Amino acid sequence: MKKIKYIVVVFCFSIFFYNHSISSEKNVDQISKNLRCLICQGQSVYDSQSDFALSMKQLIQNKIDQGVEEDEIYKYLKEKYGEWIVYDPEVNKNTFLLWILPLILFIFGGLLIIRKVTIK
Amino acid sequence: MKNKKIFLITIIIIISIFFILLLGLKKEQNYIPESKLSIIKNNISFKTLYSEEKIFLNDLLKEKPYNLINIWASWCAPCKEEHPYLIELSFNDRINLVGINYKDNIKNAKNFLFDLGNPYKEVLVDNSGVKSIELGAIGVPETYLLKDNKIIKKFIGPLNKITFDEITEIIKK
Repeated sequence: MKKIKYIVVVFCFSIFFYNHSISSEKNVDQISKNLRCLICQGQSVYDSQSDFALSMKQLIQNKIDQGVEEDEIYKYLKEKYGEWIVYDPEVNKNTFLLWILPLILFIFGGLLIIRKVTIK
Repeated sequence: MKNKKIFLITIIIIISIFFILLLGLKKEQNYIPESKLSIIKNNISFKTLYSEEKIFLNDLLKEKPYNLINIWASWCAPCKEEHPYLIELSFNDRINLVGINYKDNIKNAKNFLFDLGNPYKEVLVDNSGVKSIELGAIGVPETYLLKDNKIIKKFIGPLNKITFDEITEIIKK
C-alpha cells in the first residue's frame, strides 16, 4: 500500500515538472506556427530560420516571460504588421467571401445530391 | 442548342479567368506591412554604438522637425548602395538621421562607417533584432521618415534616386 502511494506521488510530481518545463517552450512554438514569416514565402515564423523569424521568436519568448497572454501577442503584432502576419484571417469585407464560399459550395453540393437521389 | 449554350458559357468563364490571372501577374508582389501604429512609443531604449550608453529613441527625435530612422548592417550589401543618399541627406539641416545597427558585429559596423562616412547623428545597436521588430521592421535596409515622433513614410529596401527625391521634397515643407 505504501509502495503504491509512493509511486503515485512520484508520478504526480513528474507530470507537474514535465508540464512546467515544456509549457513555455511549447508556447513559443505554438504562437510562431500561427504567424506568417513576412520575408520568406510560404513559411511560418516557426519554420523559418531567417533573421526576421529568429528575432520574432525571441520577441515572443520575451513577451511570454513578461507574462503577456497569447491573444495579446497576436494583437501586438497585428498592430505592427497588419492583419497579414496571422494565418487566421478575421471576418471582414475583404475576407467575407473566403469564409462564406465553402458554406455555399457545401449547400450547393448537398442540393445537387438531393436532386439526383430524388430523380432516381 | 443546349450544348452550344454550355460551350459558350464555358468559353466565357475560361476567358474571364485568364484575364483575372493576367491582371494578378502584373500586381506588385512585394509585401509592405500596413502598420496601424505609426507613433514611436516612449519605452524603446537602445545602447549607442560608440559611447555604449543606454538612451531612449524618443529623446533623439526632438531636435529637428523631421527625422529619418535607418536600419542597416555592415553585412548587408544594399545598405552600401543606399549609403551615399544618406550622406547627402545628412547635410540637410531640416532632418536628423538616426541609424539602427541590426544584428551586426560592433567592429564591422564601426569599420563600415569609418570607410563610407557616418551620416547619423546617433547610431543605436540592436543585437537581437527584437527592437527593430518593435518598430515594425522586417529586415535591412529599412528607412522610416518621421515628423515629430510619427512615422509618415516607410521605405523597405535600399533608398534610391526616386525615394531620395521624395524625401527631400517632403522635408522642404
